[in-house]
This record gives sequence, structure tokens and C-alpha cells, in this order.
Amino acid sequence: MDETTLRRQMRAFILNELVREPDYPLRDDEGIISSGLMDSFALAELGVFVEDAFDVYIPDADLTVAKMDSLNQMVARVWRDLPA
Amino acid sequence: MLIPATRTTFHTLLDARPLAEPSDAPAIIFVATDTEPVVVTRRALATAVTHHAAALHALGIQPGDLVLIAHTQNLAAVYAFWGALQLGAIPTLFPSLTEKLDAEVYRRNMAQLIDLSQVKVVLTSDDFAVTLREVTSCPVYGTSDLPLDVPSPSFTPPDPDSIAFLQHSSGTTGLQKGVALTHTAVLNQLAAYSQAIALHADDVVVSWLPLYHDMGLIAGFLLPLVQGLPLVLLSPFDWVQHPALLLQAIDRYRGTLCWLPNFAYNHCARRIRRRDKEAVSLASMRLFINCSEPVRHSSHQLFLDAFAAQGVTPDRLGVSYAMAENTFAVSQTLPGQPAPLDWIDGQLLAEQNVAQPVEPTQPEAVPLVSCGRPISGTAVAIVDEQGNPLLPRRVGEIVVRSDCMLTGYYRREDLRPFQHGWYHTGDRGYLADGELYVIGRSKDLIINAGKNIYPQDIEAVVNEVPGVYPGRAVAFGVPDEREGTELIAVVAEVETADSEQQNQIRLVIRQRVVVETAVSVSFVTLVPRHWLRKTSSGKIARAENRRKWLAERNAP
Repeated sequence: MDETTLRRQMRAFILNELVREPDYPLRDDEGIISSGLMDSFALAELGVFVEDAFDVYIPDADLTVAKMDSLNQMVARVWRDLPA
Repeated sequence: MLIPATRTTFHTLLDARPLAEPSDAPAIIFVATDTEPVVVTRRALATAVTHHAAALHALGIQPGDLVLIAHTQNLAAVYAFWGALQLGAIPTLFPSLTEKLDAEVYRRNMAQLIDLSQVKVVLTSDDFAVTLREVTSCPVYGTSDLPLDVPSPSFTPPDPDSIAFLQHSSGTTGLQKGVALTHTAVLNQLAAYSQAIALHADDVVVSWLPLYHDMGLIAGFLLPLVQGLPLVLLSPFDWVQHPALLLQAIDRYRGTLCWLPNFAYNHCARRIRRRDKEAVSLASMRLFINCSEPVRHSSHQLFLDAFAAQGVTPDRLGVSYAMAENTFAVSQTLPGQPAPLDWIDGQLLAEQNVAQPVEPTQPEAVPLVSCGRPISGTAVAIVDEQGNPLLPRRVGEIVVRSDCMLTGYYRREDLRPFQHGWYHTGDRGYLADGELYVIGRSKDLIINAGKNIYPQDIEAVVNEVPGVYPGRAVAFGVPDEREGTELIAVVAEVETADSEQQNQIRLVIRQRVVVETAVSVSFVTLVPRHWLRKTSSGKIARAENRRKWLAERNAP
């Protein structure tokens, strides 16, 4: 999988499942939790999604608002550990 | 052990076992992501409490003074609470500032509460003390302001019938009600409730619940501490982001009792990773108790399916109905038995307020989970609008009378909680075979993730958003099967039909609501002028607009 595909899949998951507004024009660097688009429950859901979809386990210490607020941050964290 | 039979040997909360019998047994184990657990022995707790009481005394705080404690969930809050109790002052815990809430709004709410309740002193973190001093004339002390090294005077035990502490019950912003409870009432509750759950000397309580909430303060804090059982304490913010932490704590400390609001069953079942789940056992658990928002059969099923392999069985899922005004529990299901399930005709319930049993296979059948039987010392009745008692299986308002009831709302003599000795809960329900079934709220209150939310608070924020016709917005709860709670929907009338501008308005509505009220809106629907229906008196009709919104949403 390339980075663009990963980003597209994560964006779709966030908008469809977490923000619940599929057409929302989300910017890559936009604070998704700090802006109130989704609440901090969603971090745990994101953790489950990336384990199921990409077999990446993000430790709890990295599943925080500070480290996972924007699409850029989320994609970079998953990309780092994506199995080859 | 404090139970009704031993009740007379306890006089005040200061007879709590760790204070009365200090030892090296653990009183509190504080668990957090990414740091080592902190174990506080009974002896260490008793010492810290005495130091805090002495420090508050040295600062001039008197018995009977209201002490507001605003910390994140941590040991500083625990010591401040017990220190104030030992001094005979009246502690009350206030939610801490979250990442979402606007700091300005938070300070304003707190300043309002300080004025309204005549708070004498605020205890908080060093950082927050600095900014809070700007908005209130009331003395504010950070953790390092407390003179913890002063010698301790001898404290006179408080009168058992004096106010022990306040629990802040929900109310619209600025109108929070301080539920005043005496030592006697709290001990009566703890004795009766311990009996109801067959509390045992080997029990271990695990809790992430906030201490400013009745379930967190009474079940998840005072119960284990008074009884001398180990309390494994987590922070709610940590748990929401890392739900597996609860299971890891249960597994590591052989937890036996855990109270959870309904949404937490869904959160655990859906948002704990496979790897985390497979690494733990929940076999030590005696009871998970579902409490503080409407209980859903589907949430219990989801939880059982998710954690059967970890040792969770139906007889370990209990239910309680509770409220701050009754200290905590009103009723409890029998421990060791699955909560009774009542399959009733949903249509008859909605149309005629009757809970008619039907076969589960009938299309109109809906399952209602029992909240159990009243605990000893508490009586429950179901009444009609005139206050007349109703027959079993007739739905009406739930009213409660007990020996663990509030004394009154603090400094709010205008509010009269009792009518002919009964407290009117505002909740609707019915009794069947002695079991209490709760249907929902009489009013428009939304219960989202265990938190009571008044729609008018959200509407007030939305009405200020540029582009929304002032006074033409409505907020309501939408039950959500997936989340196991009510989600929040906002419908607002706007002038513009431009999709760019509408996107912008939707974003601003979400942002403003979260920073002003700390709740996230799940659905924002913008509609043209005159979409919303009004009542004959010209008010926005919430229930009717909710029905209209749901009908349009479900339309093909």
C-alpha cells in the first residue's frame, strides 16, 4: 500500500464513521478532536480501525489528542509501522 | 463491614476503616497509561488526610465552610476531600477543565457557582489557581500553597446530622444544584447498598468514574474507602481514550466490582483492540453494575459477546437505578443472577403508558432490563400527574422516599425537593413483580455518555452562531444503537442555501457547542426558515421537531 491509498482510506473512515459528515472538506492539518469535529472516544475507535484494517498496533501512550489530532499525524503514525 | 446490622457502630464518614485502622494494606491504587501505578496504603492515606485537615485549618477554614475542589482525577483531590471532611468543612468536587472546553467559559461557570453557593475556598492545581484568582474574590489555593507541615490540632468529630458534603446535581449552566447530604444519610446508603450487592471483605473495586458524579463519588470512591476495600482508581479522560486500561486494571488487581454507565459497555465492546483483549482475564469480576443512564439489553449482549472468552457471564451483569438526591442507589438487581428482562409491547407502551408483556418473537416486542428492587431503607412508588399511586405495569413518574435522602439543595431554599415526603425524580417507569423498570425522562433532558445535558444550554450557544436565525434552533437526543447512548442532534434555521457557507456554519456550531458545553454534537442539520415547528405559546417544540427530523432522516 502506498501513502496516498492509506491517507484516502483513513480520511474516509474518519469522515464516515467518526465525524459522520462524509462531504466535510477536511484539511490534512486540521485539528479533528481539538476543533470538536469528533470527541476523544474516537481515538480508541481509531486504534481498533488501524489494527483491523492495517494490522498496526498503536500503543495507548501514542493514542492521545496531542499526538493524533490531525489526519497528517494519524497517517504518519500508521505509515511508520505499516507491515511491508 | 458496614451493613444495616452494624450500622450503629459507624457515626460519621471519619469512621472509614483506613482512617480508623491504619495499616500497610492498600487503600487506593492509582493506575494511569504510561506511568507506574501509585499504591497508597491505609496508613499513608490517614497521614495525608490529617496533614490536609491541619493545612486547611491553618489557612483559616472553619467547620461548616464550603470547600470547592477542582482537580483532575488525582490523589490531591482525594486528600483535599477527606481533609475537609476531617476538619468538619463541607467539600464538593467540581469537574476539571478539559481540552475541549473553553477555559474562559469554565472559569465563568465556576465563578458563578462560587457566588451562588457561597464557596469559602477553592483548592486546585498550582497552574489553575493563578488564572482562577483573576475571576473570583474567593481565596484560591494551589497544591503547593497548602502548609502540609503544620502540626495537627485535635479535631472534634462532626455531628452525624451535619452536612458532610455536596454532590452537584445537573441543572442548566449556572443553575447547578448542590445536593446536601449528612453523614447519617451517606452511611445509611452505604450500609443498605453494601447489603444489596452482598459486599464481601475480599472485594476489590475498580473505577474510572469521575468523582464529581454520584456514581463515581459514592460507589467508586466512598464505598470502598469506608469499607476498607482496595480501590483501583483511574482517570475518566485516560479511560475514554484507552478503554483497555480498565480491563488491565481488573486483570492485574483481581477486581470484583465495577460500575459503568450504559455507553461504557458499548465503548469497551467496540473500542478495545483484539491484542489488548486477548491479554487479560475478567474472571475475577463478581459484578459489573450498569447505572446512570437508560440500560439497554443490546449493550449487555454486545458486552457479553465481546468478553465471554475473558470470563464475563450474564449473572455478572447487574443493574442499579441511582441519583445524587438519594445519595446514590435507589434499587439494585440481585447479585449472582442475570438482571430480569421484561419483553413488552412497545406500541402499547408509547400510546397507552402500559407495559403489557408479550412474547419476544412478536414484532412489537421490546426488551426492558430491570433496575432491580429498592434497597433497604428506600421506598419507590409510581404516580400519575396528580400524585396518585398507579397499579403495577402502569407507567408514571418514579417517586422515592428513604433514610438516605438529601437534606436540601445547598443555599437554595427556593427549591423544595419533597412533596408530602416523596422526592419526585422526573423519571418515568413502572413496577412489575416488585422490580423497577425505568423508561426515560419526563422532560427533554438528554443523557449522553452518562452525562445529563439540557438542550436549552446547547440551543443558547447555537442561537449565537452567525448565520443562524436567533431563536430558531433546537437540540435533542437521538438514541444510537451502536454507541449505547443518546447522541446529540442540532437543527438550525439559516438564511443561506450556499453549501460552502453552510459547511462553515456547521463547523462553527460544532466548535462553539464543544468549547462552551464540553459536549460533542453528532448531527448538525441546517434547514430553511419556517422548517421548525413551534408550540401554541411560540416556543420551539423539541419533541415534535425531533419526530420530524427522525422521520425525514429515515425517509428513503
